[in-house]
Amino acid sequence: MVQRLRVRYAKRGRLRFTSHRDISRAVERAVRRAGIPVAFSAGFSPHPKISYAGAAPTGVASEAEYLEIGVSRPCDPDRIRADLDVSLPPGLDVLEVIEARAGSLADRLEASVWQLRLPGADVAAAEQAVKEFEAADRVEVERLTKKGMRRFDARQAVRSMAVMDDRERTAGQEPGPPCVILRMVVRHETPAVRPDDVLMGLRLVAGFAPPSPPEVTRLAQGPLDATTGEPADPFDVERADGDL
Amino acid sequence: MSVESLFPRLEALLPKVQKPIQYVGGELNSTVKDWDEATVRWALMYPDAYEVGLPNQGVQILYEILNELPETMAERTYAVWPDLEALMRSEGVPQFTVDAHRPVRAFDVLGVSFSTELGYTNLLTALDLAGIPLDAVDRTDDDPIVLAGGHAAFNPEPIADFLDAAVLGDGEQIAIAISEVIREWKGEGAPGGRDELLMRLASTGGVYVPKFYDVEYHPDGRIKRVVPNRSGVPSRVFKHTVMDLDEWPYPKKPLVPLAETVHERFSVEIFRGCTRGCRFCQAGMITRPVRERSITTIGDMVEAGLKESGFSEVGLLSLSSADHSEIGEVAKGLADRYEGTQTGLSLPSTRVDAFNIDLANEFSRNGRRSGLTFAPEGGSERMRKVINKMVTEEDLIRTVTTAYSQGWRQVKLYFMCGLPTEEDIDVLGIADLAKKVIKAGREATGSRDVRCTVSIGGFVPKPHTPFQWAAQCDHETVDRRLRELRNALRGDKEYGKAIGYRYHDGKPSIVEGLLSRGDRRVGSVIRAVWEDGGRFDGWSEHFSYERWMTAAERVFSGGAVDVDWYTTREREEHEVLPWDHLDAGLDREWLWQDWQDAVSDVEVEDCRWTPCYDCGVCPTMGTEIQIGPTGKKLLPLTVV
Ligand code: B12
Ligand code: SF4
Repeated sequence: MVQRLRVRYAKRGRLRFTSHRDISRAVERAVRRAGIPVAFSAGFSPHPKISYAGAAPTGVASEAEYLEIGVSRPCDPDRIRADLDVSLPPGLDVLEVIEARAGSLADRLEASVWQLRLPGADVAAAEQAVKEFEAADRVEVERLTKKGMRRFDARQAVRSMAVMDDRERTAGQEPGPPCVILRMVVRHETPAVRPDDVLMGLRLVAGFAPPSPPEVTRLAQGPLDATTGEPADPFDVERADGDL
Repeated sequence: MSVESLFPRLEALLPKVQKPIQYVGGELNSTVKDWDEATVRWALMYPDAYEVGLPNQGVQILYEILNELPETMAERTYAVWPDLEALMRSEGVPQFTVDAHRPVRAFDVLGVSFSTELGYTNLLTALDLAGIPLDAVDRTDDDPIVLAGGHAAFNPEPIADFLDAAVLGDGEQIAIAISEVIREWKGEGAPGGRDELLMRLASTGGVYVPKFYDVEYHPDGRIKRVVPNRSGVPSRVFKHTVMDLDEWPYPKKPLVPLAETVHERFSVEIFRGCTRGCRFCQAGMITRPVRERSITTIGDMVEAGLKESGFSEVGLLSLSSADHSEIGEVAKGLADRYEGTQTGLSLPSTRVDAFNIDLANEFSRNGRRSGLTFAPEGGSERMRKVINKMVTEEDLIRTVTTAYSQGWRQVKLYFMCGLPTEEDIDVLGIADLAKKVIKAGREATGSRDVRCTVSIGGFVPKPHTPFQWAAQCDHETVDRRLRELRNALRGDKEYGKAIGYRYHDGKPSIVEGLLSRGDRRVGSVIRAVWEDGGRFDGWSEHFSYERWMTAAERVFSGGAVDVDWYTTREREEHEVLPWDHLDAGLDREWLWQDWQDAVSDVEVEDCRWTPCYDCGVCPTMGTEIQIGPTGKKLLPLTVV
């Protein structure tokens, strides 16, 4: 392996229903189709050196997914971006490729910005629920995991949360049916607190229950900036001046 | 009339179901054509879950061929799991195609590929969800023609009520011909409605329209005769045979799913047909004669398919792949070409006698040396003569010994239980064979680290085979023999731990037997099972023997026939069989003679290498054996 390439890609539209395993198969095939000289691990059954950092759950769209490819020949990141993008099905879209610097990419992904569209939900009720959630110290929720039902706190990981009325955003048009947008910054912890865990928390503290399943999108992830309270671009390190 | 996408309505249901990705389409190399620009519209269905159906070659080939026709389009649909079925029912979302999520009922043809009878209940679910009446006679001009193909369509009688038509044999040319008939008929303004269309299809002689035939019965339940009930309908319908596989190099652009499927590789059929003459094998009997694809076409297809798909494994598919006249050159050529690219090669079915170690070495050169599979099928020498699987014990031991000494550690052996004339001792012979295999393996390697797995399934007599007259073994006997075999294997101190044992109980085989050799009266049982919730009968977690037996009892009560009558009853020579009017080219007298030879342990050779023994196929169908060698070699690819 002579070079590591860091890739930011999006998972959009109906392709949000891909699971983490679906994506890794699709990427491996796209890499082969694109003729990218991926490096292979040594050993009995060699596998391509592609690693994934914190994939968004099945059903969740994302504008900020990350993976890293080890290649056996130096490659031009821009060309890889274009080649990989055409080789992936539309909906898995490669946004940026950059040559890796030292340090682990996964370690930089400290928090995510999530957006939840809640069609049919009531804005006032959402605002009230968020207020009560933020006022609480702990909000215990349950989720069925591979190891059975688990209870954990969903409150502490939530750094901030805001409610927006989706109707206000389409200026000049008839307001559509009510729709709430929740935007939240959530720290990556163990066990991971996912947007639906937070939604469950809102229901538990304030009885807030949107009428249909949320449409969730990860907007960004990266190292948590202490001053803004938002995740910064994890590629800032690569983009900084100076020799690689 | 344009047709709207159902996707927005489906999308709202997807967060609530398991593995939603299987319903969204968008596979690489899939095709969405403009609805209004096409005249003939096919929905192709594989009646099982997406993960099984998507890789199916038959559907992929027809999909590509039909979409290449200018005025024709094809989309795909699969069986939906019960979780989505329930939501679709409550929300009123009909059966949809995965390509553009169009309602199946809006298409002209619903072509269903049956490689096994266990998909019949799933057909009913799809029809019902689509809003298509289950009974063909209740359909109107707004419903598609429901057309069956695939191996099980060689006896479509059990589902005759639900089908408008069926096609026997290779689908490439007949699918095009059917499209042409529909295009012309539509061009004339669809005169006479669906009955005239069906009539036009039937009169070609290559499409079976069940409702144009009446079945008459004897009082004792046997069939008296099957006759056309209107003029212009042929009394026999023939199978289709594609004669030059090099001219039909499909799939060119394999579908690459996002969801995980049972077959994650690019498969190329290297030949069709098989004349080894194994008497239990319906596939071998109905796909005669052998037609090879040439080494150069295989090479070109592999190259293009890998480039189009990004798959990292190539499967060389056929009924007995090591029998290709240039298999050595194919394997070596491909292994050379893809050396160092992490591309694996695999061969699904190997016969012990066709196996050679150089070949196996080529196949594992760029990949793993995981396991080898052989199918002696019968446990004793006598049994193997009955089924015409000409493998001697010495052959088998020699072959596996070589494999073990060349570094393979795991050998899988496939067998059947419940074969005609079988006795307990024939099945127990499997234990002896397995022990000898391990013993030889330990001697050859000087190590105890050799394993063998015995995998055994129940035998089901199939139409168009010499065993079509045979009595199927009852499930009590099968289960008892399987238990005794297990005890013989497990109880062995010296070898027991080195031998794995996988078996299925005998009950599902009885249902399969009912469906395989059933006639139109079985249709009511299928419907009753389906109404009672029967789905996904190929999946043990969904299959219920009791449900089938209860339904059969109810349907058959008071009549002349029952499940035993269809399964464990031996037929006599001149009994009219439900599929006798459907012609696979096989001479009935030859089949009967072969059945008689079977019970007297007489074997038959392979007509590829020995003189023709008059099975009847080639003269009836106007076909001939097409085999190499061509003497050509695969050239290395130039690396860019
Ligand atoms: C690959 C394979 C599998 C794979 C992939 C299956 C898949 N989804 O495709 C796996 C491993 C999953 C599998 C499983 C099974 N398989 Co399998 N499998 C095969 C194999 C090796 C190749 C199949 C193939 O692709 N053939 C090539 C294609 C092009 O042929 P085709 O599908 O028949 O299609 C052509 C025509 O039939 C026709 N056609 C088909 N559909 C339609 C539809 C219409 C409308 C029309 C007009 C025409 C048409 O046109 C096509 C082109 O000419 C065959 C052996 C063989 N060489 O055929 C066995 C074979 C088909 N399998 C067989 C069996 C028994 C099974 C299982 C039941 C095993 C088990 N006990 O679990 C399961 C059933 C799975 C299921 N639920 O469908 C048997 C079928 C038995 C029979 N008819 O006598 C075969 C023939 C092997 C054998 N020698 O016994 N199988
Ligand atoms: S007709 Fe003769 S040559 Fe043709 S498949 Fe039968 S035995 Fe072989």
